[in-house]
Amino acid sequence: MSETDLIDAVLDRHRRDGTRLMQILREIQEQLGWLSPATLTAIAGAIAWPRAKVEGTADFYSFFYTRPMGRFRVLWSDNITDRMLGSSDLMSAMCKKLWLEPGRVSEDGLVSVDTTSCTGMCDQGPALLVNSRAVTRMTQARVGEMVSLIRSETPVAEWPAEWFAIEDNIRRKDILLDHGLVPGQALAAALERGPQGMLAEIKSARLRGRGGAGFSTGQKWEACRSAAGHGADPARYVVCNADEGEPGTFKDRVLLNSYSSLVFEGMSIAGLVVGAKKGLLYLRGEYRYLLEPLQAALEARRRANLLGSNILGTAFEFDIEIHLGAGAYICGEESALIESLEGKPGRPRIRPPFPVTRGYLDQPTTVNNVETLAAACLIATHGSDWYAAHGTEKSTGSKILSVSGDCERPGIYEYPYGTTVRQVLEDCGASDYQAVQISGPSGICLAEAEFDRRIAFEDIPTAGAFMVFDETRDMFEVARNFAHFFAHESCGFCTPCRVGTTLVRNLMDKIARKHGSPYDIDELFKLHRLLQGASHCGLGNSACNPVFDTLNKFRPAYEHRLMSLNYEPAFDLDAALSQARQMTGRDDAGAHFPDEAEA
Amino acid sequence: MNAPIAPPRKLRVATASLAGCFGCHMSILDIDERILKLLDLIEFDRSPLTDIKHCGPCDLGIIEGGLCNAENVHVLREFRKNCKILLALGACAINGGLPAQRNHLDLRDVLEEVYQTEYLVTHGGIPNDPELPLPLNKVHPLHEVVKVDYFLPGCPPPADAIWKLLTDLLAGRTPNLGHGLLHYD
Repeated sequence: MSETDLIDAVLDRHRRDGTRLMQILREIQEQLGWLSPATLTAIAGAIAWPRAKVEGTADFYSFFYTRPMGRFRVLWSDNITDRMLGSSDLMSAMCKKLWLEPGRVSEDGLVSVDTTSCTGMCDQGPALLVNSRAVTRMTQARVGEMVSLIRSETPVAEWPAEWFAIEDNIRRKDILLDHGLVPGQALAAALERGPQGMLAEIKSARLRGRGGAGFSTGQKWEACRSAAGHGADPARYVVCNADEGEPGTFKDRVLLNSYSSLVFEGMSIAGLVVGAKKGLLYLRGEYRYLLEPLQAALEARRRANLLGSNILGTAFEFDIEIHLGAGAYICGEESALIESLEGKPGRPRIRPPFPVTRGYLDQPTTVNNVETLAAACLIATHGSDWYAAHGTEKSTGSKILSVSGDCERPGIYEYPYGTTVRQVLEDCGASDYQAVQISGPSGICLAEAEFDRRIAFEDIPTAGAFMVFDETRDMFEVARNFAHFFAHESCGFCTPCRVGTTLVRNLMDKIARKHGSPYDIDELFKLHRLLQGASHCGLGNSACNPVFDTLNKFRPAYEHRLMSLNYEPAFDLDAALSQARQMTGRDDAGAHFPDEAEA
Repeated sequence: MNAPIAPPRKLRVATASLAGCFGCHMSILDIDERILKLLDLIEFDRSPLTDIKHCGPCDLGIIEGGLCNAENVHVLREFRKNCKILLALGACAINGGLPAQRNHLDLRDVLEEVYQTEYLVTHGGIPNDPELPLPLNKVHPLHEVVKVDYFLPGCPPPADAIWKLLTDLLAGRTPNLGHGLLHYD
C-alpha cells in the first residue's frame, strides 16, 4: 500500500472528521514512523482544517514526531522513582553502547534515546517505552541485550515477552478491588433504580471525585443531566479521564488492566444518569499497550448486551469509544482533555462555562476519574448507606494508593478513607523513611512529624500517588526533578506558568551547581506566590508546591548547597573572560576577576 | 499640633552607564525642570553628571546598560557594595538589550572578524593592552551577576516613569508605576 493510500484509509476510517485528529495522527504515525510536512498537508486538506491548526496539534504532543525519528525510539521514564532505581546510569550506558547523544537520532536513522515524563510503572521501574510499548524492570543486562536487538534490527514484536510483562502488584484490597460483582450486575441494579433513583443514591453516598480535587460526583452528574444540549445535534457525553499523568500514580493502569469491566460499567451508569448515549475513555499514550485488550473487553460487553442499544432488555442505549492521548500531562485537566478529544492542543479552557454545560463538542459533558466511575458500581449494587458506612464523614468509601519509592512492597494499596500515612508506610514495608510525596509533584510533601495525618479530603486529599523517600535520599534533588517535570509539561498558554516554571527550573539548577545564594531562595518563594496566584490552571498553581514544601521542611538540603551569603552569578564569572584571554594572549591581573570575597 | 521636623538629609545617588548608549541617562534629563526639585532631595555621587570616578556609600545606585566587559563587572560590583538600593534602568540593564545581539556568535569569531579578517580595516591584531578591559564571552544582564532590587524596563524608560520611580524610592514608598507608565494595555 502506498503512503497516500495508507493515509486515505486512516482518514476514511475516521470519516475525515477533524475532531478525530488525535487518532488520525496517531494511527498514521504508527504506520509511517513520523508525520512529514507532506503528510500533515494531506491530512489538513482531507479534514478541511487550516494546515497550521493541524501542525499546531502535531507539535503540541510529545509523542507526535514532526521530524524523522529512529526506527527504534527508546524513551526512559524520568520520574524520581525511576531515577532512584538507577535509570540515569542505565540510560547513559545505553547511549554509550549505541554511540549516541540523548535526544539525537543516530546518523543511520536506526535509533534515538531520550527521557519522557513518568510512564506510570513506578512500582516496577526503571521503566521505558520502546516504540510506544512499555518495558519494566530495566537492568544493565537488559540494556546490553536491548542494544544488541536494536543493532540487529530485530522488530520489537520479537523481543523477549517477559520484558513487556506488567504486574498489577495489588497488595491490599478493600471494597473496590474486592468487589465480587459479575459483569452487568451493577448496571442491572442501576437500571432497576432508574436515572433519578441512581442519581439520588450517588448523592446520598456522598461520592467525591478520585482525581484529587474531590468535587461531588452527584452534583456534577446532576448539573450535566439538567443542562440542555446545544445546536442541531444535541447530546450529552460521559468522559472517563484515564490520562493518569501525575508522576507516581499508576492505579488507573491497574484498574484498566484487571477491572476494566467495572470501569466501563461505571461509565454506563454515568451515561444512564446524565442521559448520555456515548462515553469516551481518554487513555494516556503511555498506556497504548492497553488499547487492544480494552477494545476486546468493549466487544465482549457489546456481545453480552451490556453496551449498544436495548441494554439488558431496556430502552437504555450507550456505547464507549477509546481515545488515546499522546504524552501531555496537562490533558489530565478536564477542559484540556476535552480540547484534546476534539483534536486540538491540550490547553485548558477558560471556565465558566464548565464542561457540564459546554464540554465535548460544546455539549454537556461529565468528566470523571477512572476510580470514581468504578466506585459508582458499588453504590449502584449495594446502595448509599452501605457505601457511606466506609471511610469518613466527608470522604466516604475507599481510596486506591499507588505506592512506590523506598519500600519493600511497592504496588497498589486500597484503604478506607481516614487511614494514616504511618499505617501505609508500615504496610508497604518502609523503614528509615524521611519523607512521603503524596498525590505527586502537584501534591504535598510530608516529613516525619506529619505521618499521623490521614488520607481523606478533610486532611490530605490525593489522586493516589504515594512516593516514599528514605534517609539516604536528597530531598533537594527530588524537588529539582519535579521542577524539571513542570517546566517540560507547561502547555505554554499563560506567561506566569510558561516563564515561571522555567525560571524555577533554572534557579534549582543554579543551586544544584552550587552557585546559589539566599537571594535565589527568596526568588523561589516569590515565584511560588506568583505562579499560585496568576496561572491559568492548576498546573501552574501547583508547579511550585514541591519546591515550597521542601524549602519549608528540608531547608538544609538547599542551604548546604549555597555558595555564599552574597549574591552569586549563575555562571563562572572568571571563565566568562576565557575567550578574550585566549585571543589576546593576556593573563595579567586585569584579565581575571578576583574573588568577590578578596576584592 | 505636630512638632516641626528637621529637613531630611539629602540622599546620595550614584549613576553609571555600562554596556548602554546613555539613552537612559538622557531620559533622566528629560524630567526637565523637575531636576531642580530632584536636586533638593538628592546629591549625586559617582555619575557622568559629576565626573566622580569611584562610588562612595550611597542610598541609591542607578545603572544603565548590561555587562559586556570586565570593567562593567568591576563598576557594577562597586555599586552593589556601596548602594543600599540598586536600580536596573532600561532594556539593556534588564535583558542585555542591543549589545546582547552578539550573544549568538562566538566571541572568538567576533574578535577575529573585526580585527583580523574584515576587509579594509587596519589589521593591527586583537588589542591586548592590559589597560583595556577584556570583553566577556557573553553579554549578561545585571541581575545575573549581582542582586538587583528594582527594575525599570523601557528603551529608554520614559522620563515620567523615571520621575515616579525615583520620587517613590526617595520617599520610602514601594514604587507603584501602574497604568500608562509601565502597563500600556
